[in-house]
Amino acid sequence: MKIDRRTFVKAAGALAAVGITGAPGLAFGAGKKVVVVGGGTGGATAAKYIKKLDPSIDVTIVEPNEKYVTCYFSNEVLAGERTIESITHGYDGLKKLGITMVKDHATAIDAEKKVVKTAGGKDLPFDRCVVAPGISFLFDKVEGYSEEVAKTITHAWKAGEQTVTLRKQIEAMPDGGTVVVTAPPAPFRCPPGPYERASLIAGYLKAHKPKSKVIILDSSSKFSKDGLFKQAWTKFYGFETDNAIIDWRPGPDAAVVKVNPAGMTVETSFGDEVKADVINIIPPQAAGKIAKDSGLTNESGWCPVNGKTMESSIAKGVHVIGDASIAGAMPKSAYAANSQAKVAAGAVVAMLGGKEPGVPSYLNTCYSIPAHNWGISVAGVYKVGEDGKIASVPNSGGVTPMDAPDWAHEREVQYAYSWYDNIVKDSFGG
Amino acid sequence: MANTSKKLALLVGGIVLGLGSIAQAADAPKPAAAPAPAAAPAAAPAAPLVSGASAEALANTCAGCHGTGGVSAGPASPTLAGTNAEYFNDIMKRYADGSAYSTIMGRIAKGFTTEEIALMADYFAKAPFSPAKQKFDTAMVKEGGKLHDKNCEKCHSEGGKVLAAAPADKKPADKKEKAAKKGDDEDEDDEEAGDEWHILAGQWTPYLRYTLEDYVAERREMPKKMKKAIEKVTAKDADTGLAALLAYYASQQ
Repeated sequence: MKIDRRTFVKAAGALAAVGITGAPGLAFGAGKKVVVVGGGTGGATAAKYIKKLDPSIDVTIVEPNEKYVTCYFSNEVLAGERTIESITHGYDGLKKLGITMVKDHATAIDAEKKVVKTAGGKDLPFDRCVVAPGISFLFDKVEGYSEEVAKTITHAWKAGEQTVTLRKQIEAMPDGGTVVVTAPPAPFRCPPGPYERASLIAGYLKAHKPKSKVIILDSSSKFSKDGLFKQAWTKFYGFETDNAIIDWRPGPDAAVVKVNPAGMTVETSFGDEVKADVINIIPPQAAGKIAKDSGLTNESGWCPVNGKTMESSIAKGVHVIGDASIAGAMPKSAYAANSQAKVAAGAVVAMLGGKEPGVPSYLNTCYSIPAHNWGISVAGVYKVGEDGKIASVPNSGGVTPMDAPDWAHEREVQYAYSWYDNIVKDSFGG
Repeated sequence: MANTSKKLALLVGGIVLGLGSIAQAADAPKPAAAPAPAAAPAAAPAAPLVSGASAEALANTCAGCHGTGGVSAGPASPTLAGTNAEYFNDIMKRYADGSAYSTIMGRIAKGFTTEEIALMADYFAKAPFSPAKQKFDTAMVKEGGKLHDKNCEKCHSEGGKVLAAAPADKKPADKKEKAAKKGDDEDEDDEEAGDEWHILAGQWTPYLRYTLEDYVAERREMPKKMKKAIEKVTAKDADTGLAALLAYYASQQ
């Protein structure tokens, strides 16, 4: 394994070195083309840092949307604490850096011919490609659910129109109503997300519709920051009392397998039928469609990568980052995508210049705000192992300690907001 | 003394990095060799971990919270660019061992070796500082400036500004020697010499407020001279005195 990785990296370096022989100019990447598929947090960051490291590289992002709506902090939009505009970001900053935006759907990534094809009929040639397609939804795992149904029974797990729809539904719901939020089986985007969502909806209901409640129908019996979430639910939402605003039903029995949009019911794997006024189904997930269509996924539905460079273990010259990748111990979070993007950017620039990529360093920081002024966090520090897998540095990272004082939770909220402003600027800012 | 060995470690780290992959392999067993206790937050990895990331690669991991190049967009996370390297090394160590309180930094600091932290410290010390654009109480600035001049200026000179990187070299040699002769518990006097380069002017106010709160509540050790200064600042009215200082620092944009 160890030999494979080293040999591979050396071979890749040698190959790139051959490519550069005789190339004029001082910049190593002069005239080289990088195509980035996907303009989310990972794709934007990768493009920006490649350009920062070597402005002579021609960097293009293929992204169908004019603007990107961050899934992170969209739960605050659901609770009415933030506008959708405040989590919507354009690409002007990246354009200013000289990055080309192609507003189109990528339909195929051909690693052999080194070209990305688009729905609009474009052929975008590349020397190296960075793929950051995010997630796709496995609608067929929930009977009766589909992309069409999701327009009313939302997933809102890619932020945008559905986030606004779900907010309106919660606002329109009469007091005494029930909101169902489902949590998918791991791995999925933003592991604490479904629980933060339920918490923030509960916070809104407590203030505006106190007779209402949120039921979480979970595919799992354990979840990210679960001790802290349960502490918050007990403190703020009467968890496990008669007046509970949050009712968490653990998996595997509570996993939702069917939805009936007309009757507004869902069915669990155990066979229970749950009726609700608002249903939010966060479906099981896999890597973004383009990754699968281009053969970058394995049997798990996600993309295996070399943890040293984030290069695909399947297709040479193609790096896969963010939620779509199998990044060892790292979760599918925005911070992880931002961190992986910088490693990929460094590797891409080094490899285009015929150099050995540097040793990577990875980080994850993720905040959740289960109640007003009450934040919690998880952090992780990662290195690549000699086996090419990303692993946690022993004795580091972890979650907010239990029973922390309120002032500490208040600080975490302020740091959560700082996290948001800084990561958005670092990823999308010029 | 401690200072010298830190520098030596940094120097050795630099040499190791320069040698590339051979040195990396030699360096690799170090973090993996320490057995992880049962209650460790992160389990022992399956394969030895590879160390040797560059200063830039390491510093890039901070940007998601502390801003690109260590210049924070706020509203609370501190700017790291321009931070005195010695202070950075010291506080990261303290966050990691818990002797200085933090919400999250301790958990993260534990994931980096002394050499890695030294690389980041050096990187951020050289990174260009940019003052935070933030609101402040204009009515309190004047009073804050007076309090600063009277009590803080001696160590945090020029209104608590980030001064041009000069850190360790600028330190008077006799202080270093004095520190070497002293016991550990008096090291704080030595630490004060580096205070000149702490970022106060133009740092994000919530961060400075949290830090002051932690000092006052003894969640981190306050240098003796600072303790006396804070006592004077808060003598009349604790909250007003500190708020005035914070307004003064925030006003320097």
